[in-house]
Amino acid sequence: MARETAIATKSFSGFSFLKGWAGVALHFTRRRPLGAAGALIIVIMLLAATLARLISPYDPLTTDYAAMLQAPSAAHWFGTDSFGRDVLSRIIYGARTALWVGFSSSFVGATLGAIIGVASAYFGGKVDLIVQRFMDLLLSFPLIVLALVVVAVLGTGTVNVILAIMVPMVPRCALVVRSSGLSLRQTPFIDAARALGFGHARIIFRHMLPNVMAPFLIMLTAFLGQAILLEASLSFLGLGVAEPTPAWGLMLKGAAVEFAETAPWMAVYPGLAISLSVFAFNLFGDSLRDALDPKLRVS
Amino acid sequence: MRQYILKRVLLMIPTLLGVAVLVFFLLRVLPGDIVELKYAGTGTYAPKQAIERERAQLGLDKPLWQQFLSWIWGIVRFDFGQSMWTGRPITHEIAIRLELSVELALMATLVAVLISIPLGTLAALRQDSWVDYFVRVFSIAGLAIPSFWLGILMILVFIIYFRWLPPLTFTSFWVNPKANLMQLVWPALAVGYRYSAVATRMTRSAVLEVLREDYIRTARAKGLWEKVILVRHALKNALLPVITVIGLEFAFLVGGLVVTEQVFNLNGIGKLFVEAISQRDYTMVQSLVLLTSFVFIFVNFVVDLINAWLDPRIRYQ
Repeated sequence: MARETAIATKSFSGFSFLKGWAGVALHFTRRRPLGAAGALIIVIMLLAATLARLISPYDPLTTDYAAMLQAPSAAHWFGTDSFGRDVLSRIIYGARTALWVGFSSSFVGATLGAIIGVASAYFGGKVDLIVQRFMDLLLSFPLIVLALVVVAVLGTGTVNVILAIMVPMVPRCALVVRSSGLSLRQTPFIDAARALGFGHARIIFRHMLPNVMAPFLIMLTAFLGQAILLEASLSFLGLGVAEPTPAWGLMLKGAAVEFAETAPWMAVYPGLAISLSVFAFNLFGDSLRDALDPKLRVS
Repeated sequence: MRQYILKRVLLMIPTLLGVAVLVFFLLRVLPGDIVELKYAGTGTYAPKQAIERERAQLGLDKPLWQQFLSWIWGIVRFDFGQSMWTGRPITHEIAIRLELSVELALMATLVAVLISIPLGTLAALRQDSWVDYFVRVFSIAGLAIPSFWLGILMILVFIIYFRWLPPLTFTSFWVNPKANLMQLVWPALAVGYRYSAVATRMTRSAVLEVLREDYIRTARAKGLWEKVILVRHALKNALLPVITVIGLEFAFLVGGLVVTEQVFNLNGIGKLFVEAISQRDYTMVQSLVLLTSFVFIFVNFVVDLINAWLDPRIRYQ
């Protein structure tokens, strides 16, 4: 058993950057200032989402017909919407929706994709061929179309939106992870694990999966921004998160254009929030990709 | 070459069949159908007989495999069946909207090409200067800014500063070219900007890579004009990956069309798609999905062909 651990730790190169968080963060900031700036915005978003109840000046759901369509002022920094709800508070609470949908769909999608990709590479042969054909099939849908099909089947609502964004993620991650898995399969420590008589599941989960951490993390971060954008698009189309849940895409729907002339702030701030967060995730994802593996290019 | 084309065309058939099977059965996994939804929506009591009659009319009383086969047989004859919601033929519904969406798609692609190739080349030529820095931020921002928000901002500017609203009805290019272009140029810009982002970055890195090649040094040593080196030697070789990216990022175009048609109130395929999904019009949804997947696969095929045509190294493999 000791030998297995020794072999496994040696092959944990993808994990080594998790040692000593502070040191790594400092190094990352020095080497990649843009990525660090993205990370900073993400941290601020995370704080805003978790502390939403403490920092938001108003309740995001309370309607106030005496304060409809008010311009930005000291009382309402970003103004109010057509129901008199505070736009700033709705944006802060909207960060919750965006991050929850973004993280859960990307994480589950990337994990499923990684497991499928690694298993496909490990088994090879017919299994690999069938899995690959099915993944190719899923890839022949444009991303948003596949998400829309899932919405058409399951209907709208937060959980269904997470599923809808997750599904297109799986084949994309599986494709990238599989190619790393293929070269991994040839390495001696997998042979060693097999010679020790370990079962397929154990080899896949304990020995192969930890070693595709780098492509997994790259795909995960690359997809986070897209997931947030996709959620906003679906909500904007009325096929995503449902009212009265505060969501950025939803805030841009209908009333934002209807009252464009009298209340442009309703349309400007939620869009800024979407753009800034996607921008931050993309910056961070790009830098992480360059830091982990400059050869791996993900579009 | 001819054999290659034939092989690729034949390979498209199983993929499309797979897409058709997947979509058809996915949409029918869950219980409850459109007829119930329609009556539930009106809130009136519906006699069982009426529901049964409507089901029979839509062919929903037949077994699934029979419904599937008749759908596929229809597609072979360019007949997508009828909309479950309006009862009108789907082929007609798509045909009347096709002109708008295709024109918008072409214009957006043109915008993307016109943005990405000059900007990407410029950034590569002035690597690490403020121009390069600006172009990089411009393209990263393009990926982050949702095209529907860009569209909303455009409309905001039109209303507040120019007191002008995009017209509600679509004017065909053949009827009034000027009015048509005035209407479509804005959504095309909103979609094209986002579409251009990846292509700009690709152009930049491709030009940078090509400029380091030996034959560029040879051309310079020969004393050729910088302009000739750039256009005839560098760009011609750098454009290959750019064309591929524009084809692959076609998904951006589809996504952009779906949301911007909503913003600018354009009655195109994207809007039809969104309406069909919210009305659970399954025959419409499955036909539109099949259509977009077909176009997607076809565009990839054409991109491969263009690549093979431009690059003899691919052709002789």
